[in-house]
Amino acid sequence: MIWDLMLAPFADFGFMRRALLGCIAVSVGATPVGVFLMLRHMSLTGDAMAHAILPGAAIGYLVSGLSLGAMTIGGLVAGMIVALASGFVARVTSLREDASLAAFYLISLALGVLIVSTHGNNVDLMHVLFGTVLALDDTALILLCSFASLSVLVLALLFRPLVLECADPQFLRSVSKLSGVTHFTFLALVVMNLVGGFHALGTLMAVGIMILPGAAARFWAESIAGLIAVAALIAMFSSLIGLLLSFHYSLPSGPAIILVAGVGYGLSLIFGPVGGAIAQNLPRRKFET
Amino acid sequence: MTSLRSVFASATALATLSFTIPTASWAEQPIPVVATFSILGDMVERIGGEHIALTTLVGPDGDAHVYQPTPKAARSVAEADVLFMNGLEFEGWLERLAEAASFDGAMVVATNGIVPIAFEEHEDEHEEHDDHKEHEEHDDHEEHDDHDDHDDHDDHDKHGEHDKHGEHDKHGEHDKHGEHDKHGEHDEHGEHDEHGEHDEHAGHDEHGEHDEHGEHDEHAGHDEHDEHAGHDEHDEHAGHDHGTFDPHAWQSLDNAVIYANNIAAGLAQADPANASEYYTNRAVFVAEIVALKSDVDAMMAALPADKRTVVTPHDAFGYFAEAYNLTFEAPQGMSTESEVSAADVAALITQIRRESISAVFIESITDNRMMEQIANETGATIGGTLYSDALSGETGPASTYLDMMRHNATTLSEALGS
Repeated sequence: MIWDLMLAPFADFGFMRRALLGCIAVSVGATPVGVFLMLRHMSLTGDAMAHAILPGAAIGYLVSGLSLGAMTIGGLVAGMIVALASGFVARVTSLREDASLAAFYLISLALGVLIVSTHGNNVDLMHVLFGTVLALDDTALILLCSFASLSVLVLALLFRPLVLECADPQFLRSVSKLSGVTHFTFLALVVMNLVGGFHALGTLMAVGIMILPGAAARFWAESIAGLIAVAALIAMFSSLIGLLLSFHYSLPSGPAIILVAGVGYGLSLIFGPVGGAIAQNLPRRKFET
Repeated sequence: MTSLRSVFASATALATLSFTIPTASWAEQPIPVVATFSILGDMVERIGGEHIALTTLVGPDGDAHVYQPTPKAARSVAEADVLFMNGLEFEGWLERLAEAASFDGAMVVATNGIVPIAFEEHEDEHEEHDDHKEHEEHDDHEEHDDHDDHDDHDDHDKHGEHDKHGEHDKHGEHDKHGEHDKHGEHDEHGEHDEHGEHDEHAGHDEHGEHDEHGEHDEHAGHDEHDEHAGHDEHDEHAGHDHGTFDPHAWQSLDNAVIYANNIAAGLAQADPANASEYYTNRAVFVAEIVALKSDVDAMMAALPADKRTVVTPHDAFGYFAEAYNLTFEAPQGMSTESEVSAADVAALITQIRRESISAVFIESITDNRMMEQIANETGATIGGTLYSDALSGETGPASTYLDMMRHNATTLSEALGS
């Protein structure tokens, strides 16, 4: 019974194993970044970045077809340009970073739509951009795993300044010149993980696997290490359940995975011990007795 | 001396050219027509020849399922005298486009008069058969209301022969769109018959042959079923992306003859002065189709019985499959728009393994990463590229409709026949 439901799909079909491996790689790489995005009140930055990389990937596709490399490089370049440009504007002018980021990603998106509409019309580009976790080939898997490893390594190096910046950005700025470097490296990690996730789940769904588990973990743990661990677990669990749902009930896999993560978020919201709806509003009888 | 002669020769040639081209264009302005996608465009070009100025909305290698009309397209449609469409809900975006562009010419539905294949019918005939019965029951109840609604029912009776081939569906659809032009077209059909164009019915005769090949009962079911296709749209098939019927009708060479007839009739009506030329072009084109058909028939007949299952990315070959008793499987279903689920891919892989299918095919218009993965996992080879919904560019192997059909048949027979 358990075998048929949970394990047989992965034992019988290579594409399911690949999909699971790809999703786990994305979970490991993206969720810690998502946790930090949340802690820095930048959750929507992830969404903006996802739109910013889309035109880069589109250009990559138009230049050399369905080439993993071209689309990856295109996405990375477009994302980095938007991140750097908005950061630069924020530091040089009086415009705040969120406003300049919004401006740049909208410009980037409009440019992308323009390019797609004038040169597209070959293969439906939206299909390409939505990615499919069921068609991950060896190179895509290697890319996803490398991105995840690199992301975890860099995050480990940046851990202390990042935590400081979350807690007290003014203090970090006053004691270290690394504040700016930390910030841009972090944005680079966001872009890299989104580009990796885009191969598996498509640009928009990649934001889901980055943000939702982090938001859900918020209701279960208080320490940053705890948040990251819980978030990564929720992401992997969602990938597994989402793929199984897609297998047993013939649902499209990307949305299925994100929706499972969404259900996880909803449940955490209600039942989470740390600030969840029930824990927050329950009459605190046990403390009175 | 030779150089002088060649100069003289080319001068003569130039003179002839400059003499003939202007006269042709002075004599008559080519009529502006629009075809919705490349395959239909190629057919219209063949029949219209120099008398038409053709604009094709979805060009070579383009995917008409997900086409986004541009203002340029709207302008071409607005200026066109005749708009050729495939019908069977293939061009979901066309109705809005024609409305937005306030198109006031004649709309020609190329699939008019074909026997449409109901959605996924070719996959499980027994199940479908039950389905038909269900429809018939439904229809019995609603039959009378339905007929009262159709003022033009008398018209239908005049074309008794067409009716058998599902002409009624078309009327159902037209009434929905309120396109009365169509009825005029049918009268055209009547006229052809009077002209004594017997080729006209070649397609229908072929269908007669089909009946002999296969299940008589099944087809009897169709005929009744088809009469009330209007209802079907509201029945259980309504949920599918593509409406009730498989729109990829051009994948059958028999249907191509009907396409050619409809196109010629549409052009002749819009431009009566050149009608005879359109019919001549049609006859030449039909002759080529028939010649190709005998080649393709031979190739397909030679395929071994255990190698008649073909895997393609999207389900576009229903008519081809029916004509040649092949089975086509696709992870993506009928439209390129839908997302695949793990269940679909798993089912396909299981089937490939069970039936030891040796080759899968990719298509020019779809994302082929999925097929490559499936091939990888099952050990099947990629048999080649099939052209389903769009022609290739000028230099490709399928730059015209006939080339496309020949290329597909050759690719299939080479990959499966080995």
